[in-house]
Amino acid sequence: MTRDTSKREPILTARGLVKRYGRVVALDHTDFDLYPGEILAVIGDNGAGKSTLIKTISGAVVPDEGEIRLEGSPIHFTSPMDAREAGIETVYQNLALSPALSIADNMFMGREIRVPGFFGKYFRKLDRKAMERISREKLNDLGLLTIQNINQAVETLSGGQRQGIAVARAAAFGSKVVIMDEPTAALGVKESRRVLELIKDVKARGLPIVLISHNMPHVFEVADRIHIHRLGRRHAVIDPKDFSMSDAVAIMTGAMEPPENAQAA
Amino acid sequence: MADAQTAKDRDFEKGLDGSSTGVASFDTHSRSLLDQIQHTLHSHPAGVPLIVLLASVAGFGIILGSKFFSPFALTLILQQVAIVGIVGMAQSLVVLTAGIDLSVGAIMVLSSTVMGHFTFRYGLPAGFAVMCGLGCGAFCGFINGTLVSRMKLPPFIVTLGMWQIVLATNFLYSANETIRSQDISEQAPLLQFFGEKINIGGAVFTYGVIGMILLVLLLQYVLNHTSWGRHVYAIGDDPEAAELSGVRVRRTLISVYSLGGLICAFAGWVLIGRLGSVSPTAGQFTNIESITAVVIGGISLFGGRGSILGMMFGALIVGVFSLGLRLIGTDPQWTYLLIGLLIIFAVAIDQWIRKVAS
Ligand SMILES: Nc1ncnc2c1ncn2[C@@H]1O[C@H](COP(=O)(O)OP(=O)(O)OP(=O)(O)O)[C@@H](O)[C@H]1O
Ligand SMILES: [Mg+2]
Repeated sequence: MTRDTSKREPILTARGLVKRYGRVVALDHTDFDLYPGEILAVIGDNGAGKSTLIKTISGAVVPDEGEIRLEGSPIHFTSPMDAREAGIETVYQNLALSPALSIADNMFMGREIRVPGFFGKYFRKLDRKAMERISREKLNDLGLLTIQNINQAVETLSGGQRQGIAVARAAAFGSKVVIMDEPTAALGVKESRRVLELIKDVKARGLPIVLISHNMPHVFEVADRIHIHRLGRRHAVIDPKDFSMSDAVAIMTGAMEPPENAQAA
Repeated sequence: MADAQTAKDRDFEKGLDGSSTGVASFDTHSRSLLDQIQHTLHSHPAGVPLIVLLASVAGFGIILGSKFFSPFALTLILQQVAIVGIVGMAQSLVVLTAGIDLSVGAIMVLSSTVMGHFTFRYGLPAGFAVMCGLGCGAFCGFINGTLVSRMKLPPFIVTLGMWQIVLATNFLYSANETIRSQDISEQAPLLQFFGEKINIGGAVFTYGVIGMILLVLLLQYVLNHTSWGRHVYAIGDDPEAAELSGVRVRRTLISVYSLGGLICAFAGWVLIGRLGSVSPTAGQFTNIESITAVVIGGISLFGGRGSILGMMFGALIVGVFSLGLRLIGTDPQWTYLLIGLLIIFAVAIDQWIRKVAS
């Protein structure tokens, strides 16, 4: 099912993206394709430019050159807010949570709900009850957390719990694309498993997912295709069914030439 | 082949099968008393200043009796605190975003000068002159906000420069002239509006005090129950995270500084009511007093923590100590000494509360 991508139109494409930080070339004319309903893993060495790549897609970084298209039409995000309004949700490597604010505040940051009627309209009063209820529901639905106090400050949670909140937020609100930059990096075995299940759930809802990870077993378990990033550009795209983990790592580190047909996939 | 390998790699997870499925259950272990206090203060940042305020009122009440514990004396504190309280709100907004505003006092004075001189020099209607003064304050704040958010300059430097610029403008524009109280009450009583009083059984409330109380309630609401308020906290907490999670950081910062300027201008109007006259040399210490109120009120100078109510309590604590010690008849230096101690105490408490993070 995933092999035959050539017949379908990608939902998200990037062509010739360049991003320089002074002399460092983080992205060097890289391409990117994401197809509807698939899980695309992005792997690469530290500093290969994976985070920068997804940041250009999520509006957090504006590329110096290149073109990004969402569902065929060019997009020019200048802030993460723009990408979110277009339905792209992202879990950043640094999580992007406000530590002193509550779980509910964080879940709804930038998309707060107001109370219906007069107070909401003229006094812009927030509907805390609704936001707390929905946050609790989302966290429970996703089987990610059993919450006792949704008003607990995020800084009082453990690293793994925080990552859970960030993942749940993206999964709950993404409507077109969900991007996760190392969502299991801080998680224990059990918590990682939950996040992998969650990724599959999101896929089952029909949403495509971009998963950045250094964890090869995780990548090979869930990915439909693997985008191998090397030195700021797309080095190869492979099907996990055709390659072993050690092959993938060899391609990633440059020890093995990428296969001919994989380049274009 | 990959499948087989994946299966093998997952072998070690077999042990999970029998484990509980709840992931991040929140611990509810009973904590030590000190831990509980720390957690309570963490979620109620105005708690410490409120306790200190009540204790100091009670303390002076016991020492001084009805001389201090009378409606008149207690409301006198409110009157004396009104200006600092209002300017402290502007300061609080900025400090909550992890900034600092050294130009608050200067903006207040310039705005009051504009109100006075627009009325008396150009013969404009007092109402219009007041609007111009408020606009002037908001504009100064807007410049601060633009420099901080768009040019990414440190707030300390921007407002340090602004302080000098605004103060110099104030002296140059007013030509160092004071407008006399008598002239104002004859020709433009609107300027002294906030000096009017209502008397309820010995308790004296100026309109300025009432304005301060209404404003503090309004801001408390806005900060806690609107998106804008939550964004102000998020920006102070971690501006990058706020931006990534969908807050328009630059726009919000500009609005914070502009609103701060507007509030300072409002304080300038109240200042005319309090002094009776328009004086370009008034309010020299308002800067430092507003920062004192903010710090004693438990607002973290690192941003993102504290409440505007706390700042109000902080300002009142200073007012209680000043009046109480004056009534006792001590050297006023004791007041400064005690306030200095309170500041250090408040910052120490803030550091301790921040450690609650696991
Ligand atoms: N804000 C920045 N300023 C300067 N250089 C940057 C910035 N962000 C990234 N870089 C540089 O760009 C390159 C790519 O970084 P990026 O974070 O995209 O790598 P990555 O593939 O996500 O690595 P990791 O696996 O460690 O997360 C690195 O050399 C990094 O130093
Ligand atoms: Mg990265």
